[in-house]
Amino acid sequence: MKAHRKLWIGLLVLSVLSPLGLLLPAWLGAGSAWGEWSAEEIKGLIGYVPARMGRLSSLWHAPLPDYAGPGASPLARIAWYAASALVGLGLVVGLSLLLGRWLARNEQSTGVDN
Amino acid sequence: MHIPDGYLGPTTCAASYAVMIPLWAVASRKLAQSLKSRQVPLLALGSAFSFVIMMFNVPIPGGTTGHAVGAVLVAVLLGPWAACVAVSIALIVQALMFGDGGITALGANCLNMAVIMPFVGYGVYRLIAGASPTTSRRRWVGAGAGGYVGLVASAAATGVMFGLQPLLAHDAAGRALYAPYPLSVALPAMLASHLLVFGWVEALATGLVVAYLQRHAPTLIAATKPAVEVQP
Repeated sequence: MKAHRKLWIGLLVLSVLSPLGLLLPAWLGAGSAWGEWSAEEIKGLIGYVPARMGRLSSLWHAPLPDYAGPGASPLARIAWYAASALVGLGLVVGLSLLLGRWLARNEQSTGVDN
Repeated sequence: MHIPDGYLGPTTCAASYAVMIPLWAVASRKLAQSLKSRQVPLLALGSAFSFVIMMFNVPIPGGTTGHAVGAVLVAVLLGPWAACVAVSIALIVQALMFGDGGITALGANCLNMAVIMPFVGYGVYRLIAGASPTTSRRRWVGAGAGGYVGLVASAAATGVMFGLQPLLAHDAAGRALYAPYPLSVALPAMLASHLLVFGWVEALATGLVVAYLQRHAPTLIAATKPAVEVQP
């Protein structure tokens, strides 16, 4: 289980370093991912905003949209990005442990182990 | 590669959910049969790795950004059905909590990144790794190649979904109602950036982790031997 612990630590380190995924694109002048433009960006690209796009895009309001919270300063953006990584990590781990345990519940009764 | 809400019309959204729901059911059944309690933490690790690695946006200077997904790594360690579950969980949290990828497009995003990617990538890994010992170079090379091909396949599927939208829904003047670019633009755009840059990032991430595990936790690599995985 020692290996597992190292892997968990590795993931925590990656979470703390995650703001690199925000800073590197900004430093190198890279824009949005292809097909993930905002309404304004789309208007700049093709000259109009597709008619039905807005209706669907305002369907869901995520609590931490784009891994950001309140505060527009660069430091706040960086801190929220790393905090989002940790929050997301907690949620993903919690959900997958719950689901995994539920899925593995029959292991004992089948008695098969390899 | 996370398609936002508003880019896919109702037909594509409904169709991809209609494909994903039975696939999620099959994945659950497969894992209920094969997943061991001691593998559950590894499933959580895989899902967490996928979530975090997707936050590392890699820039093409002056151009677009992309990221690795980690789906093939999970497939190498636990099999493609477990990867489907692990990556789906990561995508669901990203969509609901962070608005990364749409709610209406969740079925499509899961189909591309949690099904096409791990299955294609795992196939390539099996082809190259074969029955080689867990310490063999063929393992990490196969995993890296699987990561590359899997991510490119996933990007191609995403490009096709984008590219079909102007065909499926447009107004009388021919203006798109959802994603605007035709297949002849969307598919090459998605393919080029993933073939040239992001595929290599995925290959590196997948190959490096597998090489590390070969040295430090070889039992994890042994978990998906052909004999164990191939049975239906």
